[in-house]
Amino acid sequence: MAVLSIREAINSAIAQEMQRDPSVVIIGEDVAGGEGCPGEEDAVGGVFGVTKGLYGQFGKDRVIDTPITESAIMGMAAGAALTGLRPIAELMFIDFVGVCFDQLLNQAAKFRYMFGGKARTPLVVRTTIGAGFRTAAQHSQCLYALFAHVPGLKVVVPSNAYDAKGLLIQAIRDDDPVIFCEHKVLYDETDEVPQESYCIPFGEANIVREGSDVTIVAISRMVIFAQQAAENLAAQGISCEVIDPRTISPLDLDTIIESVESTGRLVVVDEANPRCGMAADIAAQIAEHAFAFLKAPIKQITAPHTPVPFAPELEDAYIPSAKTIESVITDLMAWKP
Amino acid sequence: MSLNNDDLKTAYRLMRTIREFEEIVNTEFLEGNVPGFVHLYAGQEASAVGICLTLSDGDKICSTHRGHGHCIAKGCDVTQMMAEIFGKSEGLCSGKGGSMHIADIDKGMLGANAIVGGAPPLTIGAGLSAKLNKTGGVAVAFTGDGGSSQGTTFEAMNMAVVLQLPVIFVFENNGYGEGTGHDFAVGSKDISRRAQGFGLPVSTVDGYDFFAVQDAMQVSLTRARSGGGPSVIETKCMRFYGHFVGDPELYRAANERQSLQEKHDCLQIFRARVIQSELLADEELDEIDTSVIAQVKDAVLAAKNGEAPNIDSLLSDVYVSY
Repeated sequence: MAVLSIREAINSAIAQEMQRDPSVVIIGEDVAGGEGCPGEEDAVGGVFGVTKGLYGQFGKDRVIDTPITESAIMGMAAGAALTGLRPIAELMFIDFVGVCFDQLLNQAAKFRYMFGGKARTPLVVRTTIGAGFRTAAQHSQCLYALFAHVPGLKVVVPSNAYDAKGLLIQAIRDDDPVIFCEHKVLYDETDEVPQESYCIPFGEANIVREGSDVTIVAISRMVIFAQQAAENLAAQGISCEVIDPRTISPLDLDTIIESVESTGRLVVVDEANPRCGMAADIAAQIAEHAFAFLKAPIKQITAPHTPVPFAPELEDAYIPSAKTIESVITDLMAWKP
Repeated sequence: MSLNNDDLKTAYRLMRTIREFEEIVNTEFLEGNVPGFVHLYAGQEASAVGICLTLSDGDKICSTHRGHGHCIAKGCDVTQMMAEIFGKSEGLCSGKGGSMHIADIDKGMLGANAIVGGAPPLTIGAGLSAKLNKTGGVAVAFTGDGGSSQGTTFEAMNMAVVLQLPVIFVFENNGYGEGTGHDFAVGSKDISRRAQGFGLPVSTVDGYDFFAVQDAMQVSLTRARSGGGPSVIETKCMRFYGHFVGDPELYRAANERQSLQEKHDCLQIFRARVIQSELLADEELDEIDTSVIAQVKDAVLAAKNGEAPNIDSLLSDVYVSY
């Protein structure tokens, strides 16, 4: 075991898979950087430095810098996946899906079903999500629910370095397109990570903390805030179970239902906007499948229905906080019909 | 590469198959036997066959919503195609794709594509696979004049040049993007010259002339296979029928179809050329006509007698369904 950041864990997962399987290639803007420039090679290594060093190990045929043309990147990766490569395409910020969605929504996601099961599309789209970087409306969103809505795409939202490595290796070996959402504020979070490669299966939630009074389902960075809130609430005698779904499509609903059956209360924490998102989806599923066990209304804690603002004070107010989670749960415990 | 008489017979058979396939699909659609939309390729056969004739199964093509001709030219089974268009389980995609999404991965046919401009980015991906896996293969993106204005097409052309991919962009300019004219919708009025601006070598050919298309393709193919990178072929050829079957075609000139069928029928042009050059005899071509007509009739019969997909297959071929 070594202590690695999420950034390092992801780099290690990619390097090990590229070593193991020559069909794995990286495609994206500045994944190495420096092409056509007077300075150094591998000058960038990904805008957050995640792919740094891979160019030196695997060369320019497998670490492919591209123009800033997301449709061509996503489409090329999808077409390459359909014809024998296992591309890891980087969508620098998930917000940029606006300029390339067709290639994922109507192309990559559809091949297997639309072609009668005869096509495989082993494509990974690595992308960054999340507010907290003061990058405002077009570089900060959590748009993963858009992808979870689409049959044929798998959607991964790791919250720690151990999961990031195991889930990414699983994603690379998977024969369906996977959208792998990395929270940009979490890149430096560290964890014990095995040096050898390992897979974490999709659709298996992680019970991060066991508890008996309330179930908190939290996504990506919100897992950290949920754990902080649970810690503080424990001091007040409230026992929280914290569940990290790790993948939102497929979603491990069974684990959530089982937890709610024992706690009788559900809070879903999601940094995304509230309407038609994962919080609403999980709330609806539990209302449908575990209604009889609920002792109180389901609570959704999300960002407001606004774009992500720029000013630090506004952005901090936008992001759900541990404090909000605590206060919602305190109220929930006191709820009477 | 020069074509021998067997190649010419194959070319004629494929072109005739596309024509008869489309004619019978038209009839069946108008009789209400085909679900959904169909977009017929009749009239443009020399383009698909001129491009695809000398490709192998290892070479890939990505097509358009008007894809039946490309499928046939690339070697897709006509009976399975017809079954697909009728939505039957025997279809190439088990009835899940339909006319606009026929694919046969084993034949290198990576799909008709119902999104205009959807295919060029995928095609450069197939080109990337060929390049990195050193298969010697090429990838061909079929696009219409309509798709030639999509940003995806521009992006794909640029990327293909940047990465020097073995890709051939074929713009089948039939003069209409749905019901809007090329002369209006292509701002520069010239698809090939616009492609030249991306650094691509281009050739513009008479798309009714199989030999002209095939000659241009050989140049592009040699270039791509020898590591010379991507290129563009614009084939000018109008479709006989409307954008879709049922299109009232009010945007067309009076007598336009009649004039096309009389003066620009690629099959007649091909026939005249090979007879005149004494390469093939009338009887040989007539024989092909007879056998093709029987083949597509049988395909329709088989499609009509095919099995509807099992309802359980609704939920298969997707990793999880809710």
